[in-house]
Amino acid sequence: MVRVDSLNVSAGETLVIVGPNGSGKSSLLLSLALLLKPAGGTLCYAGSRVTSSRTALALRRQFAVVFQDPLLLQTTVMENVTLGLRLRGVGRAEARARAQVWLDRFGIGHLAGRQAKTISGGEAQRASLARAFVLSPQLLFLDEPFSALDAPSRQSLIEDVHQVLKQTRVSTIIVTHDRNEALTLADRVAVLIGGEIRQLGTPSEVFSAPVDESVASFVGVENILPGNVVSSGEGIVSIAVSGIQVDGISSLEAGEAVTVCLRPEDITLALPSLEPVTSSARNRLKGKVARIVAHGSQVRVTVDCGFDLVALITRRSCEEMGLVTGKDIVATFKASSLHLIKRH
Amino acid sequence: MDLVLEGIKDAFLLLVRGDRDVLRIVVLSLAVSGSATIISLVIGVPLGAVLGLNNFPGKKLLASFINTGMGAPPVVVGLAVTILLWRSGPLGLLHLLYTPWAMIIAQCIIALPLIAGFTLATMQQLDPRLRTQIIALGASRAQMVWLLLREARLPLLAAVMAGFGAVISEVGASMMVGGNITGQTRVLTTATVMETGKGDFPMAISLGLILMLLVYAVNLILTMAQQRKYSR
Repeated sequence: MVRVDSLNVSAGETLVIVGPNGSGKSSLLLSLALLLKPAGGTLCYAGSRVTSSRTALALRRQFAVVFQDPLLLQTTVMENVTLGLRLRGVGRAEARARAQVWLDRFGIGHLAGRQAKTISGGEAQRASLARAFVLSPQLLFLDEPFSALDAPSRQSLIEDVHQVLKQTRVSTIIVTHDRNEALTLADRVAVLIGGEIRQLGTPSEVFSAPVDESVASFVGVENILPGNVVSSGEGIVSIAVSGIQVDGISSLEAGEAVTVCLRPEDITLALPSLEPVTSSARNRLKGKVARIVAHGSQVRVTVDCGFDLVALITRRSCEEMGLVTGKDIVATFKASSLHLIKRH
Repeated sequence: MDLVLEGIKDAFLLLVRGDRDVLRIVVLSLAVSGSATIISLVIGVPLGAVLGLNNFPGKKLLASFINTGMGAPPVVVGLAVTILLWRSGPLGLLHLLYTPWAMIIAQCIIALPLIAGFTLATMQQLDPRLRTQIIALGASRAQMVWLLLREARLPLLAAVMAGFGAVISEVGASMMVGGNITGQTRVLTTATVMETGKGDFPMAISLGLILMLLVYAVNLILTMAQQRKYSR
């Protein structure tokens, strides 16, 4: 079940709804696109309340929706892209001319005459996007449009869509579980977890200052540690985490319980013998390598420094330091890297 | 063996000469079965689409009637239509019994469940997300149904083939409600039965061959249309 108190998208804005699988993102999007009747509540478009099915049809003709799967009909690519226009009564010649512009824009103009079933998944999704943009929608909905694509196709298409959204300034609601897509495309991000919007803000607000542990975990904060403020002054707080003291920037008072959030990419690892003499990092924790897990071109290193601290370093750094399980290591991070969430 | 070979030889001679009685029987067979198929399409496709795309109380019961109708024996259909159109029957005042109209009615009752049943199954097999996508493209309900039917046109051609094949080749109902009257209600199947009964095997074989050729020709056209779409 999805329960949203209120959610709005402004003209020209790209709102990205992110959340884990099963959080209700697609149901929310279908409701907003008037494709799923909500159990309750009100939908307003341009200040007017959506009331009847006739109003809904008229409004749907101002929208466009792209789904995870392209869902093209068994006809040519051109016929698929012109379909929405034809349903709106646009003449065949005009529809084809307008469609060709968008097919070219998405780099598949040469496929116009091909049967839709004979083109690749990436090309089909480009056709699906062309089918949406050709409608010049007032409001565009994208439901995980890149998630069924392979990595190179996905990255290329995300960049193309980003460019098109910037140029057209069409109001857009995107649903995705991919944090990077949200960071690339969003003007604002809504984090939907368990059917509720937990946080709504700019990408930097949401990703650097999550409001609770579940949001922190979803936006990629891997070090989420309970602690207590032991001292506070001049904007610097010292927090005891499993008996180890770390410094952060906050106006919290001593004695307050907090959750310490620290992104793995904000931690630097160095061998004790090679550690730089001077460093602006305020926190320096000695420990031992507890676990090393390859993660694409990077390596996730878990350091036991009284509590587990996960750091993300390059594969090359890992090899140069000769990191193995049990090796002594020093983890450093800036006080400003810590995000503190007050616990109640 | 000689009987068969002689029969086939005579049958080809009959066909080549273009026998007038045979031609009349062929034309009537095509007219009756073609009309019945078209009427069944007009009723059966929307009926199957409505059942396939909507959920309502009694849907399963209705679907079970259609599925039962798909296997209804033509003689039972013939019996029911005969009683219905009998002089003292509910529709006796229409005087349709032993006319081509009675045969069309009976054949419609045979073909309709086949076409409706195929359509129902076809619509249910379509990706349900396609329906959402079409609505999202701004289709009205009627436009959505039309597009889904267009999307399912290849399996629907199979429904047409099944419907036409069933009615052009049935004999029981046509014999009962048409009466196999020369020049009026005699079609290929009833004539074949009669000629076989008389022992006129050349005529029976020629009628049988024509029936097979007709069914093949119609199905060839539909299959070519179907496979052309698939192979593109």
